[in-house]
Amino acid sequence: MNKKRLLSMLALILIVSTVLAACGSNNNREGGASNGAGKPAKAKEQVLHINMSAEPPTFDPGLAQDSQANTALKLMYEGLVRLDDTGKEVPAAAESWEISPDGLQYIFKLRKDAVWSNGDPVTANDFVFAWQRVLDPTTTPAPPYAYQLGYIKNANAYNAKEITDFSQVGIKATDDHTLEVTLENPTPYFLGLTSFYTYFPVHASVKNNAAWATDYKSMITNGAFNLTNWTTGQKLEYTKNDKYWDKDNIKLSKIESSLVTSGAAELSSYKSGQLDYAGAPNGEIPSDSIPTMKKNLPNEFAVKGIASTYFYEFNVTAKPFDNVKIRKAFSMAISRQDLVDKVTLGGQIPAFGFVAPGIKGVKDEFRTEYKDNFFQENYEEAKKLLAEGMAEEGYTTLPEVTLIYNSSESHKKVALAIADMWKNNLGVEVKTENLEWGVFLENRQNLNYQIARAGWTADFNDPMSFVDMWKTGAGNNDSGFSNAEYDQLVKDAMTSQDNAVRMEKMAAAEKILIQDEQVLMPLYYYTNVSLTKGNVKGISVNYSGAIDFSRAYIE
Amino acid sequence: MVRYVANKFFYMLLSLLILISATFFLMKAIPGDPFQAEKKVSAEMKARLMEQYGLDKPLYVQYFKYLGDITTGDFGISMKKLNQDVSKIISDTFQTSLKLGLVAIVIAVVVGVLLGMLAALYHRKLIDNVAMILAVLGMAVPSFVFASLLQYYLAEKAGWFNVIGFDKPLDYVLPVIALSAQPIAFIARLTRSSMLEVLHADYIKTAKAKGLNWFTIMFKHVIRNGILPVVTYVGPMTANIITGSVVIEQIFGIGGIGKVFVESITNRDYTLIMGVTIFYGVILMVARFITDIAYVMIDPRIKLSGGKEG
Repeated sequence: MNKKRLLSMLALILIVSTVLAACGSNNNREGGASNGAGKPAKAKEQVLHINMSAEPPTFDPGLAQDSQANTALKLMYEGLVRLDDTGKEVPAAAESWEISPDGLQYIFKLRKDAVWSNGDPVTANDFVFAWQRVLDPTTTPAPPYAYQLGYIKNANAYNAKEITDFSQVGIKATDDHTLEVTLENPTPYFLGLTSFYTYFPVHASVKNNAAWATDYKSMITNGAFNLTNWTTGQKLEYTKNDKYWDKDNIKLSKIESSLVTSGAAELSSYKSGQLDYAGAPNGEIPSDSIPTMKKNLPNEFAVKGIASTYFYEFNVTAKPFDNVKIRKAFSMAISRQDLVDKVTLGGQIPAFGFVAPGIKGVKDEFRTEYKDNFFQENYEEAKKLLAEGMAEEGYTTLPEVTLIYNSSESHKKVALAIADMWKNNLGVEVKTENLEWGVFLENRQNLNYQIARAGWTADFNDPMSFVDMWKTGAGNNDSGFSNAEYDQLVKDAMTSQDNAVRMEKMAAAEKILIQDEQVLMPLYYYTNVSLTKGNVKGISVNYSGAIDFSRAYIE
Repeated sequence: MVRYVANKFFYMLLSLLILISATFFLMKAIPGDPFQAEKKVSAEMKARLMEQYGLDKPLYVQYFKYLGDITTGDFGISMKKLNQDVSKIISDTFQTSLKLGLVAIVIAVVVGVLLGMLAALYHRKLIDNVAMILAVLGMAVPSFVFASLLQYYLAEKAGWFNVIGFDKPLDYVLPVIALSAQPIAFIARLTRSSMLEVLHADYIKTAKAKGLNWFTIMFKHVIRNGILPVVTYVGPMTANIITGSVVIEQIFGIGGIGKVFVESITNRDYTLIMGVTIFYGVILMVARFITDIAYVMIDPRIKLSGGKEG
């Protein structure tokens, strides 16, 4: 009984004290509210509010490999060149450069007024250090994007431990402000590549500190902004770097990013005025909401084509898709226009090729110079081809077909719509199956599927980024496709110095891939759908949809 | 008593070992690995990464190494949040969850008990009916539905609160309401029924007959006895709220441990999955342990020997 009394007294004390505590926090809340009431003054402040649907897995440019890190690192670091809003390479850490006539040697002159956030000058040795670190086979964890530096002479050999002497790799600092780079093959898009994060410089002091990029206090950066706050899973805050050489052109004083995964919450937050920017590439506007946003906020809503393709790939080693006629029949029996108009709703462009618009050709865009008229949608023709294909294989009924896609509301809608079109236009019942991301990738990469959803974004502004992946045995070739003629065309394009010849070869390769072999059925070219508040200007989005907030400002 | 506690403690450790082993092997059985990406990592690169993280070794070697590491308090580094310490990720994000959870618990107890008391005192009157309708609603509506409704009407439409974020005191309001709604409902019902029982007990009648004033009766007899069931509920509820805010954290963009847990599974971030699972396991088991002991202290009818207690 004594214990019982003690406990109940404790409970009573607990309750009384919590009542008091609750009163206390009520006062705080009122305080917060009155602070909030002073908001109008904030409008003129140069603070940009954005959202990222996931926290960047790393702030180490050498280890990064995703679009969230891309957005963050573009603010924090600066490469040799920068891409302006037209996609042209403009001087950044390098103030000028020379390219040898054979296209193999690049000499970068670094600017002398560029400094790190700790005051040290940015030198050519910082680039050598960063690139060597990415290529070094003993770097832990291994940088998965080391192949991005593979255009440099002997870089791949050094990374694969075939050579151990780094001086044989085509990277040299001839003095503090001169960087000499020698390439394996003439690579017209190499200059643009140096604006990519794997090519960013890293301060040499990080050498023996594996955890340097896990704490914003120990990061030494050379870009327009410094990371000044980081609450895991919740918030990132970037503050203008007053030591940045081009600080006069940086107008924002701060960029704050929330980290909410849900597209609905992001949109809701934007509508309530908490965010200045919502949508791709770092977030997503739910496709259901796109038509309303387009109608209600026409001046804030924007759709921009990006160099990305959404497609379904066939496992060409599995029945029934080892037959090219059956592959063609499936590809022809749908309406891509209906798909983008009624299902995806984001102004996507129906795709009949694999190389996306926005990629440079000889003079104009590749897609303008080489049209994607590889095939046409034709339901009668599709049925005929299916019958012929089935006859060739000796089928009386088509084997059961399953389409796999990774779990996501938008992929599901597309899959169901396409399956429905196949049923109506081709008379084929296709099962659709959604798989959790990791399981999905495992199945697709091990050719354990018949038709699978896929998407591809350009790594660099050249059709090579698209055609290279379908070579025999290439890492991302998940279709089982292997074609000697195709491989030869890609190889010829890679070693040629003449840009017109390169484009010709790559166009011929794409024709084999889509028109002759139909290894995949393109569905649409992606678009970035976004909302930007009317008073926010200067956000730049490049050909691939990567976004640069560094030169943004608030009017 | 000592034997009872020791016994409980032993079972707690055993459960923890089973939890660790089951999670470890189930986790490895899921297809995929931490180094998957839409753009595939080359085979050599993957082999290099597997070696660096010790994932190339046989499963049993990995298992015993892991057990060895955690007994020295080393939970390893995350495989997806590169080079970040698992213990640091957990302690950072748990602080956030704890702040949210504690406020929710306090609100749940205070509001729940008050509501239950009022309902009991005004038994079968308007207040009672209203309180019980609220309680039924609170029990029936899932927290994520409630959270989304609050977010839509009070934050997006009315603009009184931030839709997402967790910086200012005002940001606590919506997640706390969403998180405490269910416990409030439960506590209110619990308090009401036990108070009603006490109010009709003989000793209250005696007290009234003695001519004691209302306040003395209420505070000295009714509340003190009526609140006991709530005390036993607070333990498990605390564990549930602190660990169970996964959905609420996702909806309001709060960087708590629940959000980290969900992400770690999608990422196949083995070390982080293990770390958070063990952490959750320990919290739940300790809460259970304390509750078991509290039961015994409060209710002598629970047997101390033989381990047959409920």
